[in-house]
Amino acid sequence: MQLNFSIYRYNPDVDNAPRMQDYQLEVEEGQDMMVLDALIALKEKDPTLSFRRSCREGVCGSDGVNMNGKNGLACITPLSALKGSKIVVRPLPGMPVVRDLVTDMTQFYTQYEKIKPFLINDDNHAPAREFLQSPEEREKLDGLYECILCACCSSSCPSFWWNPDKFIGPAGLLHAYRFLADSRDTAADERLSDLDDAFSVFRCHGIMNCVSVCPKGLNPTKAIGHIKSMLLKRAV
Amino acid sequence: MVTGQASLKRNGVQDFVTIRATAIIMTAFSLFMGWFFICTPEVTYAIWHDLFSGLAMKVFTFLTLVSIMFHVRIGMWQVLTDYVKAPGLRAFIQFVLNLIAFVYVVVGLFVLWGV
Repeated sequence: MQLNFSIYRYNPDVDNAPRMQDYQLEVEEGQDMMVLDALIALKEKDPTLSFRRSCREGVCGSDGVNMNGKNGLACITPLSALKGSKIVVRPLPGMPVVRDLVTDMTQFYTQYEKIKPFLINDDNHAPAREFLQSPEEREKLDGLYECILCACCSSSCPSFWWNPDKFIGPAGLLHAYRFLADSRDTAADERLSDLDDAFSVFRCHGIMNCVSVCPKGLNPTKAIGHIKSMLLKRAV
Repeated sequence: MVTGQASLKRNGVQDFVTIRATAIIMTAFSLFMGWFFICTPEVTYAIWHDLFSGLAMKVFTFLTLVSIMFHVRIGMWQVLTDYVKAPGLRAFIQFVLNLIAFVYVVVGLFVLWGV
């Protein structure tokens, strides 16, 4: 069985403009494989093809790409899940391309840094050994801490495409709420003050592209809704 | 984190609330007008005139026009900051659109005043 691929190619050192290159891959009849495995097989035929990958099991978040128009992790997306006679693979949209499927994620990480992604605790009576949480307090972090920062969500968000320097983006905001919801964190007010402007949070119009593409099944829109509610409660 | 200067001193929470509050008023007016057209078999000039003669209807209509102005002002600012990146052009389009929204309210006020 022959599989047809169309892959985005761009090497700024050589190419004047990006182009789509067709590839064919022979696989056994009825055999399925992940997109990453197919890319690795294609790279054996064409070593100039560039993409990021590391854990190859959906944990590191390195191989976020756009497959047949939808962002996802190549390592956990089976070819059988992609419809159509040709599999089109492009880099994550809205991000500068370094080479082929490798994007420059500087702006994404800059926004992530802004939300102070670490626990802040200024409590003078901090416990000597460890902060204890009740099962209910711990449960509030479910659906938030699992984010692996693959950028599939932020790069599928038009608000992030248009204002990547001002809008935190769904991934950053999911992490922001992860710390706002943490019972051990004492900097909620400071965190909310940092987010209280017309762009950082409120550029999310709730179109839920982030929810649709998240390979971990998380819901950044819901987390953003909680942040908006917290900002609202603080203001009224 | 985004300075006031970078967002024309717009306030996110205030815009968020204003957009929703004005949307409620506009929706209520649309539903009321829809209900009026459904319940009125034939809309004659006299019936139309009577509808807008009452003070409550005048206030409701004016409130809706003002709501549209605020809604448009915030909505267009959001759309323009997304799609028009040249500051000069964006400021010009914003000025024209805000002017049109204001004219819309003033014309509406005079029309209501004349009923």
